[in-house]
Amino acid sequence: MKKYIILTLLIISSVFAKAQDDVYPTKDFKGKLFITNGTVHVGNGQVLENATIEVNNGKIVQVGTNVSVSQDAKVVDAKGKNVYPGLILSETDLGLKEIANGVRGSNDFLELGDLNPNIRSIVAYNSDSRIIGTLRASGILLASVTPQGGTISGSSTVVQLDAWNWEDAAYKMDNGIHLNMPTFISRPNRFASFFGLLIDRTDPTKQALEKVSELKSFFREAKAYFEEPTHKATNLKFEAVKGLFDKKQKLFVHADQVKQMLVAIDFVKEFGFDVVIVGGSESFLIADLLKQNNISVILQQMHELPATEDDDFDQPYKTPAQLQKAGVLFAINDSHDESRYRNVMFNAGTAAAYGLTKEQALQAITLNAAKILGIDDRTGSLEAGKDANIVISDGDILDMRTSIISKAFIQGREVSLDNKQTQLYERYKYKYGLK
Amino acid sequence: MRAFWLHPPGKLFFIPAFLLIGFFSIAQQPTFPVNGVADPRTGTYAFTHATIVKDGQTTLTNATLVISDGKIIAAATDAAIPKDAVVVDCSGKYIYPSFIDIYSDYGIPTPERQRGGFDFRAPAQFNTNTKGAFGWNQAIKPEVNGSKIFVVDDAKAKQLRDVGFGSVLSHQKDGIARGTGVFVTLANEKENLVIVKEKASAHYSLNKGTSTQSYPSSMMGNIALLRQTYLDAQWYKSKPASEGLNLSLQAWNDNQGLPQIFEANDKWNDLRADRIGKEFGVQYIIKGGGNEYQRIDDIAATKATFILSLNFPQAMDVEDPNDARFVSLADMKHWELAPTNAAAFEKANIPFCLTSADLKDVKEFMTNLRKAFDYGLSEGKAFEALTKTPATLLGVYDKVGSIDAGKLANFLITTGPIFNEKTAIVENWVQGDKYAVKEEEWNDVKGTYNLVINSSAGSSNYTLDVKGNSSASVIGKDTLTTKFSFDGKMVKLSFSPSSGKKPAMHDTTSQAPQGRGRFGGGMMKGGGASVLLSGVASGNMWNGNGEDTAGNRVIWSATFAKAATAMVDSAKKKPSPKVGKVLYPFDGYGWEELPKQENMLIKNATVWTNEQDGKLENTDVLIKNGKIVQIGKNLSDASAKTIDGTGKHLTAGIIDEHSHIAASSINEGAQSVTSEVRIADNLNPEDINIYRQLAGGVTSSHILHGSANTIGGQTQLIKLRWGVDDEALKFKGADGFIKFALGENVKRTTSSNNNRFPDTRMGVDQVLVDAFTRAKDYENEWKNAEANNKKKGASPTVVRRDLELDALVEILNKKRFITCHSYVQSEITDLIRVADRFNFKVNTFTHILEGYKVADKMKEHGSNASTFSDWWAYKMEVQDAIAYNASIMQRVGLNVCINSDDAEQARRLNQEAAKSVKYGGMSEEDAWKMVTLNPAKALHVNDKVGSIKVGKDADVVLWSDNPLSIYAKPLYTIVDGTVYFDTEKDEAKRKYVSEERNRLVQKLLSEKKSGGAMVPGSPSFHVILSCGDHEHHDGLITVDVSADDDNSSNK
Repeated sequence: MKKYIILTLLIISSVFAKAQDDVYPTKDFKGKLFITNGTVHVGNGQVLENATIEVNNGKIVQVGTNVSVSQDAKVVDAKGKNVYPGLILSETDLGLKEIANGVRGSNDFLELGDLNPNIRSIVAYNSDSRIIGTLRASGILLASVTPQGGTISGSSTVVQLDAWNWEDAAYKMDNGIHLNMPTFISRPNRFASFFGLLIDRTDPTKQALEKVSELKSFFREAKAYFEEPTHKATNLKFEAVKGLFDKKQKLFVHADQVKQMLVAIDFVKEFGFDVVIVGGSESFLIADLLKQNNISVILQQMHELPATEDDDFDQPYKTPAQLQKAGVLFAINDSHDESRYRNVMFNAGTAAAYGLTKEQALQAITLNAAKILGIDDRTGSLEAGKDANIVISDGDILDMRTSIISKAFIQGREVSLDNKQTQLYERYKYKYGLK
Repeated sequence: MRAFWLHPPGKLFFIPAFLLIGFFSIAQQPTFPVNGVADPRTGTYAFTHATIVKDGQTTLTNATLVISDGKIIAAATDAAIPKDAVVVDCSGKYIYPSFIDIYSDYGIPTPERQRGGFDFRAPAQFNTNTKGAFGWNQAIKPEVNGSKIFVVDDAKAKQLRDVGFGSVLSHQKDGIARGTGVFVTLANEKENLVIVKEKASAHYSLNKGTSTQSYPSSMMGNIALLRQTYLDAQWYKSKPASEGLNLSLQAWNDNQGLPQIFEANDKWNDLRADRIGKEFGVQYIIKGGGNEYQRIDDIAATKATFILSLNFPQAMDVEDPNDARFVSLADMKHWELAPTNAAAFEKANIPFCLTSADLKDVKEFMTNLRKAFDYGLSEGKAFEALTKTPATLLGVYDKVGSIDAGKLANFLITTGPIFNEKTAIVENWVQGDKYAVKEEEWNDVKGTYNLVINSSAGSSNYTLDVKGNSSASVIGKDTLTTKFSFDGKMVKLSFSPSSGKKPAMHDTTSQAPQGRGRFGGGMMKGGGASVLLSGVASGNMWNGNGEDTAGNRVIWSATFAKAATAMVDSAKKKPSPKVGKVLYPFDGYGWEELPKQENMLIKNATVWTNEQDGKLENTDVLIKNGKIVQIGKNLSDASAKTIDGTGKHLTAGIIDEHSHIAASSINEGAQSVTSEVRIADNLNPEDINIYRQLAGGVTSSHILHGSANTIGGQTQLIKLRWGVDDEALKFKGADGFIKFALGENVKRTTSSNNNRFPDTRMGVDQVLVDAFTRAKDYENEWKNAEANNKKKGASPTVVRRDLELDALVEILNKKRFITCHSYVQSEITDLIRVADRFNFKVNTFTHILEGYKVADKMKEHGSNASTFSDWWAYKMEVQDAIAYNASIMQRVGLNVCINSDDAEQARRLNQEAAKSVKYGGMSEEDAWKMVTLNPAKALHVNDKVGSIKVGKDADVVLWSDNPLSIYAKPLYTIVDGTVYFDTEKDEAKRKYVSEERNRLVQKLLSEKKSGGAMVPGSPSFHVILSCGDHEHHDGLITVDVSADDDNSSNK
């Protein structure tokens, strides 16, 4: 009986110690850290059995099977476990959209206006979003926070998911400009479709091309604007896209249809932008063309229905393998609004079930994502010189049976895996007296 | 007896009778005063020497038709010709009864829907806007009387007469109950005289048309409204004082004796309509939608007579492969096969009428009819479908539909067999009045004529070679450029005597052998000047006046010399066009022949029994006659096909407790209580998501009403038997369930102008209490009435049957079970307390993301729980959702299921179940039960499915791997011992889709090359229905329709 009371007290104290507002960002870790004896999935396709990772002041010093462990260092034994690079969400409204529906005040992801290159997601990023903790607990440590709306939505910023505020969180500021390619299909009004009035008379191709021509004018005029060093009137929108011309930013073109992507290719040809397709439902149809034009792809949602009723039922699942075969650089994302982006590793797992190797699938949510977001010099793989963004899983991280995360490190700091959900879990285990 | 169709028209040349007949009216209405001098006529005519096709059976040659006073007096080879008859020689002509269009709105205005239309988010309109002593629902208007709103419209009538129609059944095409149709002729007379039958039919549909009232807002709501109206009308016969005068119900009852015509417009709607009719002892005549050939056996089983339009889909332009991709194979196949529809009816021996309704232009009628002939329809059947069949259905065969004495003088005079491509309808006589159609065709003008032109300078002779009514050439020495037109009476002719093409025209003209004098004028003016002639036909001679090239007056005549040499008869029966096969379902992944039940022995698999035995390694399972008959080692059975299960996992099929696939509508959100609507009324067995989910190992799905209202509709459990019809899709012998919902959706949280009670959870509570209070009172009312009615001599008490309350009484009596959409602990507890108060159980709480907070209460109440694995934060009421929910509820002792509520997620329910291994450390076998045995229990079908146990249905899946693994894929999905999915068959289907698409794209391209009319290849949007609770992960051309969807701000 006494034992029971003590146990209960322990549980209570742990509940209070871990109340949501007490889940702290971890202080910087200075010094050495060794993660020993794990199966290290480097992120570039390599797997090292029984390997040790040496970290110093947040950076990976070396990874290998012959690493000697210093006495005074922090040591994490990963024997029998899998060690991965921190997973990356390549495009998300995390921190901008807390409650998706019905609570307007919690939403900061969609701005008014059509051409908004000057809109910056980072300034609205809520580093205290309760969703962030659930992602860390899944091994997702970095995310590219992206605004929506309009034809040009603005710039995204890559954040690390353990921060006091947005300045703290920013990992790569304003890494790219996001453009929504106009659609070449006119979708029927949902109410009209209810009444069987599926045919829309407007010509979507014509409308799309008009929009594209408007976009091109914008970029042509921006380019001309940069030729002249002084301006009587400063144009903030033009200034905002300078990075595209300097190749310091990428142009993320949100497009699913072939025709939309063909227009994106034309953008590469005319302006020489670094173009990334975001969405890419139909990218499998033009994989070779994308490769030829050096266009990379963020596959937005693996778990979706096939685009047409005649498509193979597993088309979305096998698209990654088709891109891989063509040599296209691609990342796999998770934009699922109901599970709130915590399943990016399972999206990759599905791709592994349908044609990718497991290491290729892992690469699509680590190193490839880092390359596409322009952060591969700092993260994306467990290699010397990079940030120690590391996840330890009990087993295969891509399979929900074994994807149980025991530790995660961001820049060498061991971050908390507690979050609102684990706390509620503890609270109600306590209520029902469950262990 | 089909000879009359086949005779080619004779080359005959007779006195053009039309010259003798002017248009006049024989109609004289006694009550109408005459302004002027009375002009009474009998309109007696005798049409002699005609081939008279009296009806489909009898054809008379060289016969006489006598009409008088608008009626047929005689039609016989030896008919006496009255002395006062105008005799019209019809040698070479055919006379047919004119056609009847049974599905017209000729002369009746269709009300316009007010634009802006119906919007789910707009404030609701709860009652009818129709003023007067009518019923509650604006879409039920049986009181509309076609004869009272019918107005003769000769412009419209002419269009119909020109293609051969003489009479039509006309009604107002608006609403679910549309009132009565009026049978009229197409004569241009006062309405009083053209109405043949004032009330000839009663009309219905599944489309509420211009009604602005919110209810019904769904297919199943339409059907429920019809069902309730039948009951109300029955009850109204008892003259209930509480209802007062209800002109709608009164009219409904009055109309029941008439032929009942239902516009269904689609193969599944045909069956739905037929069923609702049969429920109340009514056999509808069904207006089809042109896709009936896709389910002709089901259609035949209705025993209904059908009305078929000849509105075929237009060819799609698929030249751009990026556009073509979005045109579905099903749409392309329908384009190819639609013209076979009528032939399919004929072959299946289903009676039908043809209508010109739905054609973009009535002129297409004959063209499309001939297309139907090309695709196998017989001309005899078509003739019947346009004459006798509709006339008999409407009880007017004594007046129209054949050429018989006593009937209306409604007939066609044609130049040959009516359906021949070369035949023209010359005249269409309606009620004894002549309406010219193509009078110029009365005579076959083709032939050569001697043309003589006289001027003061002398006369010139030419040969005139007439090739048709607008084509002829004048031949001098050479053939001269000629313009010609003949309208049956007047002739216009111009030609250039010196052919402009020839450089040496001077010589040519001057040396013209027949040209005497200076006629021609070409010598003066040079080439190109024309001789202009105008004249009139009179017998076999034309004459008139004109001017020569110099402008001098001339007179001319042309005398018939020689008939044109008969053209080679091109009417050789064209071979029927080659078309693809019908698939079941009509989808690329359908079957040419449905898969059959097989005996199967699955050898050496890891068997997840879900029973005490747990997981059995290296085990065999024998399936026979759709059941699991043996589980063990080293089994053998000679009758069974062996499937090697080595290294593979055999499980019970997945059961999805919460799904919205395979239905034509999901939400009837117009009222807060709609327990009368039934998903079962509107199943769609052709939803491609059935096949996709079979590929994910699902064998049964519980199709729920949406969450738009507190008390939603009755649900339907189905088995995913891909290819069967809607009835066969149902899970037989399962208990009935009903969907309830609580919280944000039912209080319309995101609507800024909600006027539908309730608007808070406090109101939701009262909706429930009120509904069950009414149900209790209703039940007592029935009991009291029944007790009273048993007493001798008591005047019988009649209680109105209320389908909404019937369903709630079933709940009270534990004959129907609730699955309730719910999230937060307050509302869960409240529903439990309401249930306690009314002494019923809430069978299942579905979604239930805060179930972990009140798991003890749910356990005590005895509810099941069906939840999502890891969803949260997509709206306010799911802020506290946790991925550990299933684990906690399971450990507290609840029967927990994981459901999809999403057509995509349903393909991966095994993975969703596996997440409880990650979150909360559930054992793998327990996790697996959450998508198999546990939902079977929650749905009361665990005696039939949910585990691998001898005696249960053979609904099993063979997986490539541990079924909880993300790497696992179904290799075989078996329902009732029938393999509905396997990887080999899927491979074959993919190949078929690709080849068949290619064949049809090529066919469409050649159609375009040959100049066929094309429409742009527009995407075959796939409408997906959902509960409206959250976003879905649909394909590019999917349209998500949900009745209370408020997510439009999202993207």
